[in-house]
Amino acid sequence: MRPGSEAELAELVRVANAPFVLRGGGTRGIGAVGPGEVMETGGLAGITLYEPGALTLVVQAGTPLAQVEAALAAEGQRLPFEPPDMRGLLGRAGESTIGGVVAANASGPRRVQAGACRDSMIGLRFVDGTGTVIRNGGRVMKNVTGYDLVKLLAGSHGTLGVITEVAFKLLPAPEVAGTLCVDVQKDAQAVEAMAAALGSPFDVTGAAFWPGRGVFLRVEGFETSVRYRLGELTKALARFGAVDEVDGAVWQAVRDVAPFHGREGDVWRLAVTPSEAPGLVARAGADAVMYDWGGGLVWLLVAAGVDLRARLGLFAGHATRVRGAGGVPAFPPEPAALAALSAGLRAKFDPKGVFNPGLMRAV
Amino acid sequence: MEMPVPDPVILAKRARIVARLAEVLPADALITDPTETRAYECDALTAYRCLPMAVVLPRTTEEVAAVMRACHEEGVKVIPRGAGTSLAGGSLPTPDAVVLGVARMNAVIETDYPNRFIRVQSGRTNLSVTGAVEAEGFFYAPDPSSQLACAIAGNIGMNSGGAHCLKYGVTTNNLLGVTMVTMAGEVVQVGGPYMDAGGLDLLGVICGSEGQLGVVTEAWLRILPKPEGARPVLMGFGSNEVAGACVSDIIKGGLLPVAIEFMDRPCIEATEAFAKAGYPDCEALLIVEVEGSPAEIDEQLGRIKAIAAPHNPVAYREAASEDEAKRIWLGRKSAFGAMGQMGDYICLDGTIPVSELSFVLRRIAELSDGYGLRVANVFHAGDGNMHPLIIFNANKPGDLDLAEALGADILKLCVEVGGCLTGEHGVGVEKRDLMDVQFTRDDMEAQLRVKDVFDPGWLLNPAKVFPLYVTASRRAA
Repeated sequence: MRPGSEAELAELVRVANAPFVLRGGGTRGIGAVGPGEVMETGGLAGITLYEPGALTLVVQAGTPLAQVEAALAAEGQRLPFEPPDMRGLLGRAGESTIGGVVAANASGPRRVQAGACRDSMIGLRFVDGTGTVIRNGGRVMKNVTGYDLVKLLAGSHGTLGVITEVAFKLLPAPEVAGTLCVDVQKDAQAVEAMAAALGSPFDVTGAAFWPGRGVFLRVEGFETSVRYRLGELTKALARFGAVDEVDGAVWQAVRDVAPFHGREGDVWRLAVTPSEAPGLVARAGADAVMYDWGGGLVWLLVAAGVDLRARLGLFAGHATRVRGAGGVPAFPPEPAALAALSAGLRAKFDPKGVFNPGLMRAV
Repeated sequence: MEMPVPDPVILAKRARIVARLAEVLPADALITDPTETRAYECDALTAYRCLPMAVVLPRTTEEVAAVMRACHEEGVKVIPRGAGTSLAGGSLPTPDAVVLGVARMNAVIETDYPNRFIRVQSGRTNLSVTGAVEAEGFFYAPDPSSQLACAIAGNIGMNSGGAHCLKYGVTTNNLLGVTMVTMAGEVVQVGGPYMDAGGLDLLGVICGSEGQLGVVTEAWLRILPKPEGARPVLMGFGSNEVAGACVSDIIKGGLLPVAIEFMDRPCIEATEAFAKAGYPDCEALLIVEVEGSPAEIDEQLGRIKAIAAPHNPVAYREAASEDEAKRIWLGRKSAFGAMGQMGDYICLDGTIPVSELSFVLRRIAELSDGYGLRVANVFHAGDGNMHPLIIFNANKPGDLDLAEALGADILKLCVEVGGCLTGEHGVGVEKRDLMDVQFTRDDMEAQLRVKDVFDPGWLLNPAKVFPLYVTASRRAA
């Protein structure tokens, strides 16, 4: 199904008595979705409102991400959170939609400085499981009127409703960006180096460790300011190893986890307290590793079918399997109290259980 | 402003309820004497007052959980309270409710600089969070004007903002996790010292839920390295429109100042009479603050000056010293005190799209004339969060009602142009009855569902945020 309007979509949901599998561009969905009729959002496309002078954008959920990025670039602006392109990692084709980005709360390396996708969202419209259209938030940056359902829907992977329109706050695109590579080989030192950079006043907008290549740091802004901050960071990080300025292309590779592309195995991502990451990586027995967000995000390539959660044991944070199937659930199991709250919310927003049934629940 | 009729069953059980609270709390953590509970009859929205049945001031999450269990079993309403600085009446008690204040829970539990977080008890004041980490060169970014007094618990309840949110975001963007006690007395941890909480974003909906989903007892907050320096510039303009256009141009120019503050003539004159900060005689002024090293600051201010030039500023003052920077901020920071000298005032908090600034200021002036009440405007221009101050005389019969009616008209205007009722103060009771201006019944029902899940009995702060007619059936159930 590919409804051409929000009203049409709402009517389809209202009369539905069988599950739907929601689909934006099909490029970044994770986990096993049960059987159901595919509901595509591609018919809801286009920019509703763009005010460069207010740094705000309102856009239909089915609009291709590339189209959004191009429209912003034309005005020297951008989405702050650097959404990754997951096609290479997940072996998918298709065109990512902005609604899919939001449903996955997809955030790239700049998340460490500019926040996640959910932090840039200021409003949305969605159709709940009864076919009711619901609006929350708005198109202004500061808004605390009523409960923030915008964030509840962000990262809900289509399990609470079909997002039909989203409003974002934007950032000016910087004049220039500069990237440093610090020659660090050991994971623990790499995380320390990233902490030193992120704890400095030099406004680092990317901090990643690519084992075998080193720690990468990024600063962005006006030319003279970037030059100055690169110089200061070079001095501050010299104690960790040789520091060189390198090409910024590395950030796309980090963002999209390029080193894992085309390799066999399951892909996991950990959200973790950075200083605990090296210890977890040591226990993971992974074939390949990539640290982003200063170590707060860890990508792991492990043998197919491994229960990585069992291998790692309990830690502050959680593990999600983004590629691979079977065995343990893809989404991290929640403590009983939180699972009950989440189940309660799903029962309220999707009482017929028609949206991606079972997707986020630990079965 | 109507409040629900107190529940006679609960009022009749008062002795039993107090006895149950006394069982689970140290003697000094329970206040029932009306002379002492009077301190809790209102928050910073002093127009409305009501004595609660009792006040509890627990010191630990366990004590909070015990209080909640007791209240839940007895069917008693609980009104969470941070430091009592809410301008929206978020902590206004009812006679059949227990006020649960977290002010005594003010410890720093953990500071972690390599991982850039601090874990605090929720009663800790906003400014003292920064106080705990500034020696190491860090700070906690959200900076509501009440930051000296207000508690993190209330910041989380209202999703507080401040002058510097344009760059650093508001509370929800700086909150990593909470320990929260549900109405049933269950202790849950949502999120933690890592960047993305798993599962549904419960943290995102808890932040800003005005104490209606649970009582937050601890929080993990993101701390940031302090920039090398900051410097404000003050610019005066010939009209509100021109100042508004300049704000837009600064943003379009690729700059992201940490703050852009706006004051109109009535506000400038009042603060000048009060604080004598040496503000220029003009229709509108902007205070723009940028951060970085001295050279970076120079460059940004150079660009701002170039952007402002075509708007013919009648005054342009860069702070050349710490003292001059303080003087530039002095007037802005004393704006509310200055208004207090002019009379009683209502402080509004609507947000508008920045593009509507000129139109809204013009309409506010027309409304102000129509009502015969003075309005001064001071606001965070970069994000469109306005704080019109309506001056009235509380001793003049009918004046408060008139001021509230004008306030409602201004907030309706904010919604009409694509904005909202409240940008950082919260809805509380103050804007409760305007919610249907901004939201349809379906929009509100969707929000009520969340409360149904967290607090099925509707005992937590139940008469706030939503119009009473919308929540009546749930509160009665």
